[in-house]
Amino acid sequence: MSSTTPAPLHLAVALDGTGWHPASWREPVARPRDLFTAGYWADLVTEAERGLLDFVTFEDGLGPQSSLLLAPDERTDQVRGRLDAVLIASRVAPLTRRIGLVPTVVTTHTEPFHISKAIATLDYVSAGRAGVRVRTTARPDEAAHFGRRTIPRIDGFDDPDAQQVVADLFDEAADYVEVVRRLWDSWEDDAEIRDAATGRFVDRDKLHYIDFEGRFFSVKGPSITPRPPQGQPLVTALAHRTLPYRLVARQADIGYVTPRDAEQARAIVAEIRAEQEAAGRAGETLHVFGDLVVLLDDSRAEAEARRDRLDALAGEPYTGDAAIFTGTAAQLADLLEELASGGLTGFRLRPAVAGHDLPRITRDLVPELQRRRRFRDAYEAGTLRGLLGLTRPANRYAAA
Amino acid sequence: MSKPLKQIHLAAHFPGVNNTTVWSDPAAGSHIEFSSFVHFARTAERAKFDFLFLAEGLRLREQGGQIYDLDVVGRPDTFTVLAALAAVTDRLGLTGTINSTFNEPYEVARQFASLDHLSDGRSAWNVVTSWDAFTGENFRRGGFLPQEERYSRAKEFLATATELFDSWRGDEILADQATGAFLRDAAAGAFVHRGQHFDIHGRFNVPRSPQGRPVIFQAGDSEEGREFAASSADAIFSRYATLKEGQAFYTDVKSRLARYGRRPDQLLILPAATFVLGDTDQEAAELAREVRRQQVSGATAIKHLEFVWNRDLSAYDPEGPLPDVDPVVSEEHISRGRAQVRMYRDPVAIAREWRQLAEANKWSIRDLVINTGNRQTFIGSPATVARTINDFVQSDASDGFILVPHITPGGLDPFADKVVPLLQEQGVFRADYEGTTLRDHLGLAHPDAPAGTEPAPERAAS
Repeated sequence: MSSTTPAPLHLAVALDGTGWHPASWREPVARPRDLFTAGYWADLVTEAERGLLDFVTFEDGLGPQSSLLLAPDERTDQVRGRLDAVLIASRVAPLTRRIGLVPTVVTTHTEPFHISKAIATLDYVSAGRAGVRVRTTARPDEAAHFGRRTIPRIDGFDDPDAQQVVADLFDEAADYVEVVRRLWDSWEDDAEIRDAATGRFVDRDKLHYIDFEGRFFSVKGPSITPRPPQGQPLVTALAHRTLPYRLVARQADIGYVTPRDAEQARAIVAEIRAEQEAAGRAGETLHVFGDLVVLLDDSRAEAEARRDRLDALAGEPYTGDAAIFTGTAAQLADLLEELASGGLTGFRLRPAVAGHDLPRITRDLVPELQRRRRFRDAYEAGTLRGLLGLTRPANRYAAA
Repeated sequence: MSKPLKQIHLAAHFPGVNNTTVWSDPAAGSHIEFSSFVHFARTAERAKFDFLFLAEGLRLREQGGQIYDLDVVGRPDTFTVLAALAAVTDRLGLTGTINSTFNEPYEVARQFASLDHLSDGRSAWNVVTSWDAFTGENFRRGGFLPQEERYSRAKEFLATATELFDSWRGDEILADQATGAFLRDAAAGAFVHRGQHFDIHGRFNVPRSPQGRPVIFQAGDSEEGREFAASSADAIFSRYATLKEGQAFYTDVKSRLARYGRRPDQLLILPAATFVLGDTDQEAAELAREVRRQQVSGATAIKHLEFVWNRDLSAYDPEGPLPDVDPVVSEEHISRGRAQVRMYRDPVAIAREWRQLAEANKWSIRDLVINTGNRQTFIGSPATVARTINDFVQSDASDGFILVPHITPGGLDPFADKVVPLLQEQGVFRADYEGTTLRDHLGLAHPDAPAGTEPAPERAAS
């Protein structure tokens, strides 16, 4: 292999209902009535695994989906309702063998103790394929679903009060991930000894209180669940600006970012790398993935026509945080290579219509990238960390 | 005319962090690896059991200020295991113990409704309460709840979760691709709950699940616990597995139902039960003694005594006589994180009684613990055990049992292979599943959706 051959890309797919386009459910392939069945999700994840993808993420939220950023809406023409993402991931784990499973978890209203053991358990049921995508929520209506805190209404992110609210939510998320990670390490790998001679099941010197005390909560530990197979399942987060970039740099293994071109990608990666260094993690592998919404067809014209048709059904053009790609698999491969030159190590593709664009990714894009020697020909590792080139980490509590 | 034969309900409790689990046996496997759960669940389903049952603990138990290391320690997350088991079973009910103190209704209702969807209607929730600050140290809120409020919180928690389950009637999703109407109306999932413990409102985001709501279990035994069960539960996980106690409990709880407008068959009584099988009754009795010795090592015997004496007894020899010192009676207990702490109400009297027993029988500390501790519920040949179980149920001491094998994961296998066929021959246990949901297996009606509802549309096949 020539020394200039670029590294293979990592590919993930973000699953959300029938797809990311709000009118996706109206496509004939969409199966909207199956959304709340296990079979629907098993089919999607099996398709992703067929394409040798690194992992799938599952979107989630603690309120109904909405066309508004920070409030529920009254719409009846879009998919509303969804199942718990951790449980979907766990339900499909025994039906798959190699693909990573990364459910979304909301840090703002949940317990780090519960989530730590849930993701550890997902790692057990999937034999080392678990990760988690953490997110915050500033929606006042979601806070009212829990009734334990009030989140003030945010009208614009440039307002200093709003910035303080968001800063607190991200500080809390960072503490949350710290607790989750400490709990994963709170059992050393060889804590279970089953020593018949002394009658001891565990060596209690290898179980550790995490004694976390922060601004938002304190957690004693240890976990009730032993250290998961990967040691530390993957932590991932979507990030659009400095505060979340910092969360990614301090606590994550993968950050998902939304550059419009290679230049922007380069700037974002540079910012995250600088934060990573400031956080003392310069030597650690931290992937930065680009997020893209994709509509894939045999020609660009066809993909654009499909986008227009979906937009017409939705009653408005679909826009979002991530760039929207319309075109062929070869054109997408060109774009991914171009963006990767800005320092991205992989991509999380958001299929506009899951039933259409996911098989296009696995059956058209993947072979195209394989031809270009930019994607794996077979799963090369048994764990998600392994697929991403991450070794099994030492336990922070183990005596050196 | 004689009474018609009752059908027996059987369930399987995964043997984990119980003092009956024998982890030192060569056949004992992992309590964490998913393969153990798969083996156990498939055995239960092969035997046509009603459901599998998972317990929960949210803090590792401690005794004398140290993590208790003599029993199995550690367990996976309840919801996550049950969702994965839904993929490797088709009919078996999936019952999870979930605490109402260290959770919030919106999240738990989402998880159970999701599990019910993902299992095609096989979920059940064993609602438990706790109040201790010890467990609370693992949670945002800490140990915030006074003991006397735990049932009021549990009741309101369950009522609130029920309101969330019922916030979708089942007919809201049109998903009409032609007209573009996904929802029938924008208020799907709308709820308001204003109470002492929860003041929440908004929209629940999981549509009505196949069973409407999970089957509800209750496990407490206090007066409040029994009332809670009579008012709100579908089944009780009880601890009365002797005939006389079982009948008294059964009569007491079933008689409370009328007050809530419920019939006796709307609440099942399912005690936990252990068993030891042998080819003959005599062989089983010998095996049972051996299992008791495995369950109670010398170290375990001392810890068990400390539990009653409420003081450090590590200097005592488990093969020697009982301590001559008296128990320490105090609000502070040497053991933390165990539900049974309340079981010994007068430790000084118990200590006196145990000393007399030990002297009369020439028992060492370990002998005493083995002989006074929980003997297995059913000991005998398959025919004896099948007959005993059936007698128990037909004489209204229970509606069936939640069996707790002592070996993980294979401990249920001999029961499935040898006892279940006998019960099936007698026509008191199903030869195959007749329905698909756990409510079907338990003979419980599907809850009505709230008033003003059209029947739910056919579920799309998965």
